[in-house]
Amino acid sequence: MDVGDTLTYLDHAATTPMRPEALEAMLPFLTERFANPSGSHRFARSVRQAVDEARDVVAEVIGCDPGEVVFTGCGTESDNAAIVGTQRRHGGIAVCAAAEHHAVLHAVEHGGGRVVAVDAAGRIDLDALRSTLDDEREHRGAAHVSIVSVMAVNNEVGSINPVAEVADIVREHAPHALVHTDAVQAACWIDLRTLAPHVQLLALSAHKFGGPKGVGVLMARSGTVLEPLLQGGGQERDRRSGTHNVAGIVAMAEALRLTDRERVADNLRIEQLRNRLVDTLCASLDDVIETVPRDAKVAGSAHVCIAGIESESLLYLLDEADICASAASACASGAMEPSHVLAAMGVDKRFSLGALRMSLGFTTTEADVDRAAAVIIDAVHRLRGVPR
Amino acid sequence: MKVMCAMSGGVDSSVAAALLVEQGHQVVGVTMRLWGGESDTGCCSVSDVDDARRVAQQLGIDHLVFNFSEDFDEHVVTPYVQAHTAGMTPNPCIECNRHVKFARLSERAALLGFDAVATGHHARVTSLDGRLELERGFDRDKDQSYVVHMIDEVELQRTLFPVGGMTKPQVRDHAARLGLRTATKPDSQDVCFITSTGGRTAFLGKRIPMRSATVVDTAGARVGTVPAVEMVTLGQRRGIGLPGGGPKRFVVDIDLDRAIVTVGDEGDLLVPGHVVHEATWVHGPAAALAHESVLVQSSAHGVPQPATLTIDDRGCVTRVRWLTPQRRIAPGQSMVLYDPSDRFVLGGGIAGGPLTNP
Repeated sequence: MDVGDTLTYLDHAATTPMRPEALEAMLPFLTERFANPSGSHRFARSVRQAVDEARDVVAEVIGCDPGEVVFTGCGTESDNAAIVGTQRRHGGIAVCAAAEHHAVLHAVEHGGGRVVAVDAAGRIDLDALRSTLDDEREHRGAAHVSIVSVMAVNNEVGSINPVAEVADIVREHAPHALVHTDAVQAACWIDLRTLAPHVQLLALSAHKFGGPKGVGVLMARSGTVLEPLLQGGGQERDRRSGTHNVAGIVAMAEALRLTDRERVADNLRIEQLRNRLVDTLCASLDDVIETVPRDAKVAGSAHVCIAGIESESLLYLLDEADICASAASACASGAMEPSHVLAAMGVDKRFSLGALRMSLGFTTTEADVDRAAAVIIDAVHRLRGVPR
Repeated sequence: MKVMCAMSGGVDSSVAAALLVEQGHQVVGVTMRLWGGESDTGCCSVSDVDDARRVAQQLGIDHLVFNFSEDFDEHVVTPYVQAHTAGMTPNPCIECNRHVKFARLSERAALLGFDAVATGHHARVTSLDGRLELERGFDRDKDQSYVVHMIDEVELQRTLFPVGGMTKPQVRDHAARLGLRTATKPDSQDVCFITSTGGRTAFLGKRIPMRSATVVDTAGARVGTVPAVEMVTLGQRRGIGLPGGGPKRFVVDIDLDRAIVTVGDEGDLLVPGHVVHEATWVHGPAAALAHESVLVQSSAHGVPQPATLTIDDRGCVTRVRWLTPQRRIAPGQSMVLYDPSDRFVLGGGIAGGPLTNP
């Protein structure tokens, strides 16, 4: 089933289609250039060069030194490497916000960490962060919080966190703690060079910006020492072991380069499409709320909550009409879980039951959003029992 | 027809879906995620969902997972736990059918434009004299009409039981012929949220306080103790802490407040009949009352016993009076009424207190 031919794809926050240039860039490494970059022959060295060049590209887009780029297997691994790796090396606990992705939230909770409230827009509550850090300092010592993790952009509702302010607060209230940002949902929308200076650790995932699945990045500032999750050959300067996913790394770099180059234009174009979509829905349907105000979220996020319907039913009707969207994260069985993000934001259950996450991206067209709006309006009327 | 087929990941619902496809229906398979906790097949019964999805893929039909865990918790698990604290012995599978499968799922199916909901139950929807009847499954050993007895004539119109006319070996043969991965999967025996290792006691022990109880005979003499009065069921014979070898003794009374369990012989259990609470009717009470006597089945595989049925003037109190006295039914169990031919479900309800002699 091809996107574009039959499907209206509004699930870019789940994964993006690959950029054709990225696909093209990776193919040689799946065919004739198969060498292991850690090898000692010229064949290996030429592949090593591709990995090195990819690292330079990624570093340039993030705004860090190439030596600070660690290639990983996915965004979840990057988040775990940051949080679990910090805790294993430095002890103490991790602190994060309640609306974090499970890759962060579960890692923090698993290590006995603290979870800080978010505001109604899904952003970390800075006062709650201060008081949590003060509380830990007072009762368990200045070094007890070893890492604070805050996502740059929320994967469900698109809210943008004030990473710089969080970093300031951490410097003041937990000066020994590292600051990590899960920037997996940020790469398409925010210049990473504006985020990176505030943090010691930053996670990316290639498939969220037109790269392939199965490859990610952990930016770890030099001097930031982590206990690696994987023991082995130490390929990533002893910070991560495992043979390089060369094809994935090369494709990721190409996708990130293009994303960075087109980010400003894409933001402008996609924001207009998003506004058109949400405006149409709000104008045509009663009892629809835009979950997060537009000035608090990224351009690609069109999360709405629709009273009087259930997400699962709406998604079925959208699926039937070849529209791909989502509600919240799914569990291993494939069932939709009630959103921990909407619960943390305090969204009224009447609305949160009808959550609909549409996420736009670089392939989204005006025809996509117009078609989606028409189908959604029709489906909601049907589910509400409104005669058409 | 457009049919939503509930697929549990077992062989019966796998074959049900396959038969619907063979009959040319437009079929969508749905697995309900009901219980999010520990189970014998992993958290959320993931391996059962995998089986259902793989069968659906093989049949070339869409497969969805609906999360009804909140409904399940509210209408099945919580009442199950509460009933035990009240000294009752509920049947959670019946409550799941009543509140989730033939209510929540069925309503959603209608909303989404489906003409019918199918399940893999061994029961039949039979057209007789111009109306639909809920009939026992063809395979009497596997008959599940007892657990789906609450379906009424309106719901019957949009209910399909594709394997209800087959024997279990026929179902398995059909699955094997199609090469379905569930062909030799063992039947599920127990309540889905109770693990085979921990059982009922472990499940309830985590949720309600258990109180030990004194066991006395019908004369009031103390004969032993049990660790948890909440786990004792009326009519129970084993596990009441009595030495073996003596005459058969049954639990004939449970005083929950004072934590006293009375044991006696079978004769002490015999009652002339029962009040039936929350009765439901396939065609309404009048159709059931039209029979001079009915057959009443009081457990999933119990032997139906003849009884007369009365419903008081306002339709509020239903009573069944046995033609010959029967062992008392544990309160909370479902009593399902069949017509005198023992083929068709008339209705059913929840066992209340025993009747006294007229």
